Amino acid sequence: MDFSNESRVLHRCSAQVLDIGNLLLLSLWHLVHSIIRICNFTLDIANVLESYLISSGLLGRYKSLHIAKLRYLAIVIESEEAYQTSKIIELLQWLEAVGVKHVCLYDKEGILKKSKDFILENLDGAILFQDAHENNVLLDQQHMTLEFVSFSDGKEAVAKAANVLFMKYSKSGVTDQNQKEKIFTESQMSEALKTVGSGGPEPDLLLVYGPARCHLGFPAWRIKYTEIVHMGPLKSMNYGSLIKAIYKFTMVRQNYGK
Amino acid sequence: MVMLLYCQELGVKYITAYAFSIDNFKRKPEEVESLMASMLEKFHLLDILVKRLAVRVHFVGNLELLSNELRASAMELTEATAAYSKSVLTICIAYTSRDEILHAVRESCEQKRIDLEFDNDDDNEIKLMKVEKNMYMAVAPDPDIIIRTGGENRLSNFLLWQSCWSHLHSMWVLWPEIGVWNLVFAILNFQRNKTYHLEMRKKEKEL
Repeated sequence: MDFSNESRVLHRCSAQVLDIGNLLLLSLWHLVHSIIRICNFTLDIANVLESYLISSGLLGRYKSLHIAKLRYLAIVIESEEAYQTSKIIELLQWLEAVGVKHVCLYDKEGILKKSKDFILENLDGAILFQDAHENNVLLDQQHMTLEFVSFSDGKEAVAKAANVLFMKYSKSGVTDQNQKEKIFTESQMSEALKTVGSGGPEPDLLLVYGPARCHLGFPAWRIKYTEIVHMGPLKSMNYGSLIKAIYKFTMVRQNYGK
Repeated sequence: MVMLLYCQELGVKYITAYAFSIDNFKRKPEEVESLMASMLEKFHLLDILVKRLAVRVHFVGNLELLSNELRASAMELTEATAAYSKSVLTICIAYTSRDEILHAVRESCEQKRIDLEFDNDDDNEIKLMKVEKNMYMAVAPDPDIIIRTGGENRLSNFLLWQSCWSHLHSMWVLWPEIGVWNLVFAILNFQRNKTYHLEMRKKEKEL
């Protein structure tokens, strides 16, 4: 009897020690995260100051951008912030001023697709990328082209493209391995994606406006070598950070695996 | 390889590493050959480590592009560790994301052709679920964090399909010099937005 009482007391004590230990670890975890939050806050202040200096033209190196290197820019926007069309139009106006001609706007839920007409009306001279491409005016540097993309242009589009390739495959009556390899190629896949309405160029740079460093489902087929930069939430967007991101991109050198 | 130990200690169950890209075959033949020889050597060391840590190993990619010796060694290691379940290590070798997507599409088309031939076809068209099942990376869940070393900010044809909701962490340190604190810092950064990432992942099913 004494032994069982003692073992019960011992068991209770060790459980309490474990609880205290877990509580201490949890407190330590919260402390570490608080320190990280403070460090990030300090960095944010430094970035805001730098952005102000860039915007006011005081930092010389950001004055001339080799904008020709940026052939296609994609912007990913958190769907909840995608309703802020005035902010998006302002962002596009900044890009136009800097000389960016071709922009792809993406949000997961397709909110931007619904606001497409409003955005195009409020951006002087901007035209839809598809219209420009069909009429071969892509080389026309007068107009800014806009493409509107959502999550359904990613994985679902690949499934639809698979069906397009299947039609080719079944029509050809092909069983020969070499012939099969001619149907299932990257260029055939790109063509199939265009057929289903989800083919667009690969962006050189992708700017993410949202709470997290995450591309939110931008079509996988198109971001093979795309530079991905997190800009923070759309509500705190500023001209200086945009210029800095584009400048940094123009300084990057890619080996493409070699 | 010591990263495998750190991950296990931290409770990270699924680890995927990009060992060799199909694009890397464009390098000089001597360089490719030297890399292949080095990988074969590493497989022998990996064999000892994964058996000690009870790690299941998968090799994903277009393995037909590898030498017979390397492919055989990879298959041997896969079979030898099939029963382990403490952690899962997926090594992407002769892999690119685009090749993975194409492979999944090709397999789905082939399966549909066979289904139609034997009158087994229940669906009118190839569905997304079928394509996803045929992905090389169907052996592991989508990653929570993708770490890119060397200060780069691109995925370079790695896990493009699986990275929709992943926290993309770029670090300046080069791969051979990466240490446990780099890993811990990446995880702490992920934890800041963990709820958001998980919510996005849940919402994918609704889209």
